[in-house]
Amino acid sequence: MIQTLAFYLFAIMVCLSGLLTITARNPVHSVLWLILAFFNAAGLMLLLGAEFIAMLLVIVYVGAVAVLFLFVVMMLDIDFSELRAGVARYAIFGFALAAAMAVEIVVAVGAWEAGPIQTAGRAAPTPDPAAVPNIQALGTLLYTKYLFVFEGAGLVLLVAMIGAIVLTHRNRGGVRKQNIAYQNRRRPQDATRMTNPPVGQGVEL
Amino acid sequence: MSLGYYVKSFTLWEIVKGHALTLKYFFRKKATINYPYEKNPLSPRFRGEHALRRYPNGEERCIACKLCEAVCPAQAITIEAEPRDDGSRRTTRYDIDMTKCIFCGFCQEACPVDAIVEGPNFEYSTETREELIYDKGKLLDNGDRWERAIAANLAADAPYR
Amino acid sequence: MISWFTPALPYGWAYFIATIIDILVIALPVMLAVAMIIYVDRKIWAAMALRRGPNVVGPFGLLQSFADGAKVFLQETIIPAAANRGLFLIAPIITFTVALIAWAVIPFSSFSVVANINVGLLYILAASSLGVYGVILAGWASNSKYPFYSAIRAAAQMVSYEVAIGFVLISVVMWAGSFNLQTIVLAQKGEVLGFINANIFNPLLFPMGIVFLISSMAETSRTPFDLTEAESELVAGYQTEYSSMSFALYWLGEYANVILMCALNATLFWGGWLPPLDLPFLYVIPGTTIGLGLFWLLLKMGICFFVFSWVKATLPRYRYDQLMRLGWKIFLPLSLLFVFLVSGWLMLTRYHPIGA
Repeated sequence: MIQTLAFYLFAIMVCLSGLLTITARNPVHSVLWLILAFFNAAGLMLLLGAEFIAMLLVIVYVGAVAVLFLFVVMMLDIDFSELRAGVARYAIFGFALAAAMAVEIVVAVGAWEAGPIQTAGRAAPTPDPAAVPNIQALGTLLYTKYLFVFEGAGLVLLVAMIGAIVLTHRNRGGVRKQNIAYQNRRRPQDATRMTNPPVGQGVEL
Repeated sequence: MSLGYYVKSFTLWEIVKGHALTLKYFFRKKATINYPYEKNPLSPRFRGEHALRRYPNGEERCIACKLCEAVCPAQAITIEAEPRDDGSRRTTRYDIDMTKCIFCGFCQEACPVDAIVEGPNFEYSTETREELIYDKGKLLDNGDRWERAIAANLAADAPYR
Repeated sequence: MISWFTPALPYGWAYFIATIIDILVIALPVMLAVAMIIYVDRKIWAAMALRRGPNVVGPFGLLQSFADGAKVFLQETIIPAAANRGLFLIAPIITFTVALIAWAVIPFSSFSVVANINVGLLYILAASSLGVYGVILAGWASNSKYPFYSAIRAAAQMVSYEVAIGFVLISVVMWAGSFNLQTIVLAQKGEVLGFINANIFNPLLFPMGIVFLISSMAETSRTPFDLTEAESELVAGYQTEYSSMSFALYWLGEYANVILMCALNATLFWGGWLPPLDLPFLYVIPGTTIGLGLFWLLLKMGICFFVFSWVKATLPRYRYDQLMRLGWKIFLPLSLLFVFLVSGWLMLTRYHPIGA
């Protein structure tokens, strides 16, 4: 009963906030609706028993990615009339995309109706999902069977990150940067010298 | 740099030292007083709330010479005067706008008869601005209420004038 | 508690009602604790500045926070004309709610925790990452320069320090072998030399404990890192346009977050509800079977909060670039190094012992 209620609550909220994401006039509102959609999707994941995925969805997408979205969108100086002018130009592309997705949905529903994929031939999942916590099950798979794929994905991300830094980083000459560590390390004896010169003789600099 | 520097920096040595200092002060005797129950002594020359004084026989001292009105740098004082029935010159109106007053004390310095004085009272906050526009009645009332303290202060300060 | 309702109700509803009661049992004392902790904070801060602090309302000024609360709630709520009304009002509610939801997974004793879930620590990370939204939305919805600057600072600060916190949590999780907070607490039993119940005295986790303490100050925008409310630069930060109840909600949320961070510090590094030493008579009141779990947890939280206040009274504010440098260039590599060390150590000693 409660599960059903919760499912419909989350599902309706996902659909509604997804709809509002694309119809909201203000891009900041759009991002906020998107965040709500993420959140409710996380709720659906929880209902499926995938608590790890749910938490990751909230931490990664809501906590980090959407914050950056919000950052960018808040800073944008958007001219709405110009945006609307672009609609006609991209309309065909948009409709094509929508048509493709509609076809995919139809195919998916058709496949669903045709009956489940024959899983009998596949071995039962080695750790029983009911007995082992989510994280442990995922971890054992990722670090044994799919180790190379996992490491490869990590490598791709690393390359992307380094690439982004290399492409955007430029070393401007003539900039006097502050070196905080060096400043903190500096002690009086590094910079000053105590002398006691005789009168009239001065100091050798 | 020396190894000692890195040890100091990663053990947050200087921050720990700073915290030791504040912890020492945590247990020290407080520097502030328990204000509404304890008060610091005030100088006899303290310039607080204004008051109009009377002679011991009940006659008001102010003779409406308007010196205070003239000297007031904030132009907070308004005086109107008329001869009284007995022929003496007295004020019919003596207003001080306490929201304008800067408590410079020029009015009490200017007063030839020690009528307007700034008393030792500084706790006269109000809830509205209107209450801070003092009229003659309020000032005389202050004078009656604070007369003993004001007289003592004037006497204490007299040798230095 | 569920069993109280099961005779009259189906299991689902009994669970539902029991959970709601659990939530109230935790949320109301937390709110009361917030009021008291604000008072304590002001007292400690005052004492270190040789002042007396609040001492007029109630005995020793104990009721000061309630007087402030009453005053604030009776004030008029002002919504700036140019503000984005809906978001402006939602923002403080988000901050306050997020500060409360994370309490669901904190274990108060061997049996009392609202949701003893397997991903407890991830849940806390998720909740604390949501806290950013209250601040960002406040800054943006106020439609005012300084709140917006403050919101941007806050968002960058919280996101940066969350990375370091994440790595610290990972090393604790690896050591305990679970994301479940109850298991993490129990894993600390006899952690050091067989009788000290605290991760912090473990040489491999000690630096992580310090990094976590400092990061939790940054995460809650407490003093050395309160760039978001730097009054000399940003008026009052993201709260500038707020008044009355919405302002009070920020106030409550901020301190609820601070207490939460104290609870986390206590739970992850100081043994949670376990007594400091693993001696049988410290677990229960002698001669009875009443557990002392809550007492030890509150004691540890209290000490941790004293440290928070102490730091607030001692240290000046960081400059923004120094704050970012500390987060990204010192804490991140340091915590990453310790993740490496901890996992290596565990590999050698626990999972693939040398010679085994």
